[in-house]
Amino acid sequence: MAERKVIDARGSFCPGPLMELIAGIKLIEIGDELEVLSSDKGSASDIPEWINKVGHEMVSTTEEDGVWHIVVRKTK
Amino acid sequence: MKILIVGGGMGGTILANNLARRLKGELSSGKAHITMLSASDKHMYQPGLLYVALGRMSADELYRDQASLLEPGINFHVDPVEEFNLDNNNVKTKSGKTYDYDIIVIATGSRAVPENIPGLAENSINVYTEQAALNFYQTINSFEGGRIVIAVGVPHKCPMIPPELTFTLYDFFNDRGMGDKVSIHYTYPIGRLHALEPVANWMQGEFATRGVTSETLFNMKEVDGDKKVVRSEEGSEVEFDLLVAVPAHKGMEVVESNNLGASGWIPVDKKRLNIEGHDNAFAIGDTTNIPISKAGSTAHFEAEALAENIASMVKIGQPVRDYDGKVFCFIEAGKDKATYAMFNYNNPPDPKPPTKSLHWFKMAYNNLYWASARGLL
Repeated sequence: MAERKVIDARGSFCPGPLMELIAGIKLIEIGDELEVLSSDKGSASDIPEWINKVGHEMVSTTEEDGVWHIVVRKTK
Repeated sequence: MKILIVGGGMGGTILANNLARRLKGELSSGKAHITMLSASDKHMYQPGLLYVALGRMSADELYRDQASLLEPGINFHVDPVEEFNLDNNNVKTKSGKTYDYDIIVIATGSRAVPENIPGLAENSINVYTEQAALNFYQTINSFEGGRIVIAVGVPHKCPMIPPELTFTLYDFFNDRGMGDKVSIHYTYPIGRLHALEPVANWMQGEFATRGVTSETLFNMKEVDGDKKVVRSEEGSEVEFDLLVAVPAHKGMEVVESNNLGASGWIPVDKKRLNIEGHDNAFAIGDTTNIPISKAGSTAHFEAEALAENIASMVKIGQPVRDYDGKVFCFIEAGKDKATYAMFNYNNPPDPKPPTKSLHWFKMAYNNLYWASARGLL
């Protein structure tokens, strides 16, 4: 069963949700998931752009009360 | 009440001094005790390393005796902690002593780990230790020209270092009449030139004026010193003659070895700064996993908020305020100009155009820092 860790990057202007994701993905095992919470709507596009470019997997993107929940899976 | 502060850097020192002043009466009466444990008897002004690397400060200007910075009444020992027993309220140190506490604050900082990227440590320069900064200056001083590549790891201390290195290196070589022999190529891990969007937008215009080229979504994977290329996780590669690194950082080894947090970052509540699962254990500065800048000002403002709370815990039995995420960073913009970015959890930064007066204020702050460390500024 894959583990899922959560990074609460709400209110993170610097380094920001994507940078937190890049740092966080180094710390999980292949197959595990990261859920990033972001209050920046830009995360809904810039996180998938990086994930696709580097070759990990997007699992889901949802928005609830102004908070984006972006789930990715580490593939390599 | 025994208060134990582990770490004598910016956060630990400001906290200890602020707390000692708030608890002057309690320290005199013996109701409160403050002890600081540090790995060194010296205190380094880390932001000064950039100026050492550029030949604008000497390394000995960066240091003061730690004991000379502390308020009377603070018990200071050079005796680094090796074992944290947060469930039993004590730590064990390198000398073999055990220190009990009622409240503990961990402020052990972070370290650059260029060795974590294959080939990076051997084939790049950086500004994160005294030796590295001295080597940086010797390298740029003898550089005869070619392509300088700036490459940035995640996470890193001081988010303004990538643009500051770019602008100051541009000036360094232009001032030497080498502008036509040196080109600068800037890379950055996310899809714009800086984490802060207004700063990224401003940098675009500055880069165009200077002819600095760039590549975003570039995360270092490995460096080939023979071919002089740095390859990215995203699949691209960049050739360099001189590689200037902003290496990724980790928390201190003692944090990892005590299983206090992955990669040495201790999970804390981002407002109360208490370590998860503990009401009497706190962490501040680079040591935490809070998703904000790893910067001296972060440690400074966290220390002020926590000092107020710990003093209140001693006086009235409970904390009184939250840390609001405040960060303030100077940005050296080259040409003897600077600006700044200030923000918190709820308010984004709105940096203004760089001015000479802010640059000279930053130069003055390089000395005013010692008043900050004493908790006076």
